[in-house]
Amino acid sequence: MKQLMLGNKAFARGLYEAGCSLVSSYPGTPSTEVTEEAAKYDEIYCEWAPNEKVAMEVAFGASLAGRRSFCGMKHVGLNVAADPLYTCSYTGVNAGMVICVADDAGMHSSQNEQDSRHHAIAAKVPMLDPSDSEEALEFARKAYELSEEYDTPVIIKMCTRVAHSQSIVETGERVMPEPKPYVKDIAKYVMMPGNAIRRHPVVEERTRRLAALAEDCSFNRVEMGDSSIGIITSSTSYQYAREVFGDQASILKLGMVNPLPRKLILDFAARVDKLVVIEELDPIIENHCRQLGLEVTGKDVLPVEGEFSQNLIAEKLGLDSAPYKKLGEALPGRPPVMCAGCPHRGLFYTLNRNKCTVLGDIGCYTLGAVAPLSAIEMTLCMGASVSAVHGFNKALGEESESKTVAVIGDSTFMHSGMTGLANIAYNQSKSTVIILDNSITGMTGHQQNPTTGYNIKGDPAGKIDLESLCRSMGFNRVAVVDPYDLAQCDKVLKEELAADEASVIISRRPCALLKYVKHNPPLKVASDKCVGCKSCMRLGCPAIAMKDGKAAVDQTLCVGCGVCQQLCRFDALQSQEVE
Amino acid sequence: MTKNIMIVGVGGQGSLLASKLLGHLLLTEGYDVKVSEVHGMSQRGGSVVTYVRFGEKVYSPIIDKGQADFIVSFEKLEAARYIEYLKEGGRIVVNTQEIDPMPVIIGAATYPEDLIGKMKTLGIQVDAMDCLALAEEAGSSKAVNIVLLGRLSRYFDFPVEKWQQAIRDCVPSKFLDLNLEAFRLGRESE
Repeated sequence: MKQLMLGNKAFARGLYEAGCSLVSSYPGTPSTEVTEEAAKYDEIYCEWAPNEKVAMEVAFGASLAGRRSFCGMKHVGLNVAADPLYTCSYTGVNAGMVICVADDAGMHSSQNEQDSRHHAIAAKVPMLDPSDSEEALEFARKAYELSEEYDTPVIIKMCTRVAHSQSIVETGERVMPEPKPYVKDIAKYVMMPGNAIRRHPVVEERTRRLAALAEDCSFNRVEMGDSSIGIITSSTSYQYAREVFGDQASILKLGMVNPLPRKLILDFAARVDKLVVIEELDPIIENHCRQLGLEVTGKDVLPVEGEFSQNLIAEKLGLDSAPYKKLGEALPGRPPVMCAGCPHRGLFYTLNRNKCTVLGDIGCYTLGAVAPLSAIEMTLCMGASVSAVHGFNKALGEESESKTVAVIGDSTFMHSGMTGLANIAYNQSKSTVIILDNSITGMTGHQQNPTTGYNIKGDPAGKIDLESLCRSMGFNRVAVVDPYDLAQCDKVLKEELAADEASVIISRRPCALLKYVKHNPPLKVASDKCVGCKSCMRLGCPAIAMKDGKAAVDQTLCVGCGVCQQLCRFDALQSQEVE
Repeated sequence: MTKNIMIVGVGGQGSLLASKLLGHLLLTEGYDVKVSEVHGMSQRGGSVVTYVRFGEKVYSPIIDKGQADFIVSFEKLEAARYIEYLKEGGRIVVNTQEIDPMPVIIGAATYPEDLIGKMKTLGIQVDAMDCLALAEEAGSSKAVNIVLLGRLSRYFDFPVEKWQQAIRDCVPSKFLDLNLEAFRLGRESE
C-alpha cells in the first residue's frame, strides 16, 4: 500500500520488515522517531537506554546472541557510542546489526554540525545514505543482508531533511530470518591484543570486498542526462540537484558513501564534460575524486557550513533562481523560548538573581541562556556541566565554589552526568550540582528515562531514585526544591552554595506539557493595581506582555503556575477560581 | 508542474496537523507529495515552517525563496517573515492573530505596524481573517489550523467532500464535528 511516510517512520518500517528483534536507542533530534515508531510494532523489543554507548552495546549483545538488532542516535550520540563502534567493527556480528546516525546540517536542534561519515571511514564500517523515505525503508531492510553477508555492523546515515520529511513509500511484509545460533568463538569476540591483531586484517579485507561491491550495487546508480555536466551526490543533496538540473545534467547518485567506488566514478567522469560534487558538510566524496586524479568543482564554490537548498545550489553553480519580493524592514526574530509554566523558569530566575555562574547542559533548559534570564554561561555536550563545574572550581577555588553551579536535566544526568558526579564525590570539590528533574526527556518530545518509572511503551518500569543515588555516592547534602516556589529556591540555593562540602539540589516538577499535569486557570491582571513596574517581565514568560503600559496575560498560553505572582508587589496578577 | 504550499506559524500552534491533512488529501488525489517538518528545539515557541509540495514528481522536500504558490500563516508576523519565499503571483492566507515574540515581550523590539497593508502595497494577494475567532466559534481555539485549511481550500479545485474526508481520516472522531465546522467557517466566511 502506498503511504505518505516520515523518513524516520519509513526507517522503522524497514527494520520491522527485515525481522529486527531488538531496538535500543537514546533519543536525539533528528533520529528519535525511528525508535518511537519501531516501538509501535509489538514484534520488536524496544527500549530507551541511558545513553548511546549503552544502546549500541545492547544492540551488539543481541546481534551476538543471534537476533537482528538496531540502535539509533543523533550525530553527537555516535561520539558517545564510538568506543563500541570502532571495536565491533573488528568482531563483526552474528545476526545483522544496523545503526542509525542522524546528522543535523544547519543545526536545527544541535550543538554542532559534524559529518558522521568520518566515523564510518575511521571505524571502517559501511555507511548507507538514503535520500528520501522510500530509500530509508529499502536501505534499512537491505542493511541487514549487507551486515550478515559482510560480517559487519552497518551504519545508515539520516539527515534532518530525510528524517523529518514525508514522502511516498510502498510497504511490504515482515520476513523473519532464520535465527542464528550463538556459537562460542573467543578468537572472534574477545578483543584482547592477541585476537584483535588477527581481526584487523579481516577488517581490511572486508573493506576491499565492500569497495568492490560499491562498484556495482543497487545503492549506487548513474542517471544519464545531458553530458555537459556530471554531478556526483548523495542524500538530500541528490534531491536538490535533480530539482535544479532536471535532466540537464547526468547524475551519479551514491547510496553507499563508505566505502566509495573508484571505477564507477572514473567511468562516470569519462562520460561527462565537467564534474561537480554536491555534498553537505565536509568534502569527502570530493577528496576521494581528487585522489582518483579527477578535476572537480565542489567546496571551492559550495559551502562546508549549513544545509543546502535548491536555490543555494543554483546560485553557487551560476544558474538563475526565481525572483521574489522583499518587505524592506527588519522584523523582530522569534527564537525558541521556555514554554509558559516551564518549571525551569523559576530556578533560572533564582540563579540570575543570585548572580551565579551557571555551567549548563543539553536540553530544553539550555534556553536558560536566552534573555531576559541569560543565566547559562556554558553548554558543551551531554553531561559536561557536572564535570566542568568541578574543573572550574578546582581552578578558581573557594571564591568560585560559593557562586558557581552546574545545571543538568534528569535524562542528561542519567546519560552522562552521573560519572561527572562520581568525580566530584571522589576528587572532592565543594561543587553545587542542580538536577532539573522535570520527570521526562523534554527537548526531544517526551521520552521516558531511567528516573521516570516508565518504559518506552509507557508501561511501569524500574525507577532510579535520584536522592538515594546521590547519597550513595557520598553526598551528604541532597536537597529537593519546587521551582515554582521562588522563596524556597532562593533559600536552598544560598545554603548549598555556602556549605563547606559538595551538594546536589534536585529542582523537581514535571514538564508543563505532560498530559497528566493539571493546570490552573490563566491569571488575570487587575489593571487598577498594575503600576507597570515590569517586575513580572524579568521571567521571560511568553504568556506575559506589556500592553498600554500594563502587564497583560495571554489567556490561551498562561497555565496559572503563579511564579509571576511571587514577583508582583502590588497583587496585580490574580488567580481565577477553578470552574 | 510542482505546487508549493508553506505553512508557517509559532511552535505549538498545530501546523503539523494541517500538513498531515494536506498531505493525506494530495496523496489520495494521486499526486507525488513531499512534506517537510521541523521538530526539536525550534518547536518551543519559535518560528516554525512546514513545506508541502505536490505534482507529478517532486524532488526537493523544501521550498526556497520565490517558489511558494501559497503561504498559509498562523500568525501575522510569521507571514511577513517568510514573504521572500512567495512566488510572483503567489497568495498569502493569514490568521490576523498577533503573538508577541520574546524580543517584543522584553522590550528589545516592537511588533511591526500594519503588516497586511505593507504586504498589499507590494502587490501581494493577501487573504487575511481572524481565524482564532472562527475557531472559537467552532468550539475550540485549537482549531485555528483547520479554519486556515478551510480558507486555503477556496483556492483549489478539489471538491469540498474530499477535504471533509481528509479531516475524517486524520482527526480523532470526538473532535470531528468541531473540525468540520471550523473548516466550513474558514471556507465560507467573508
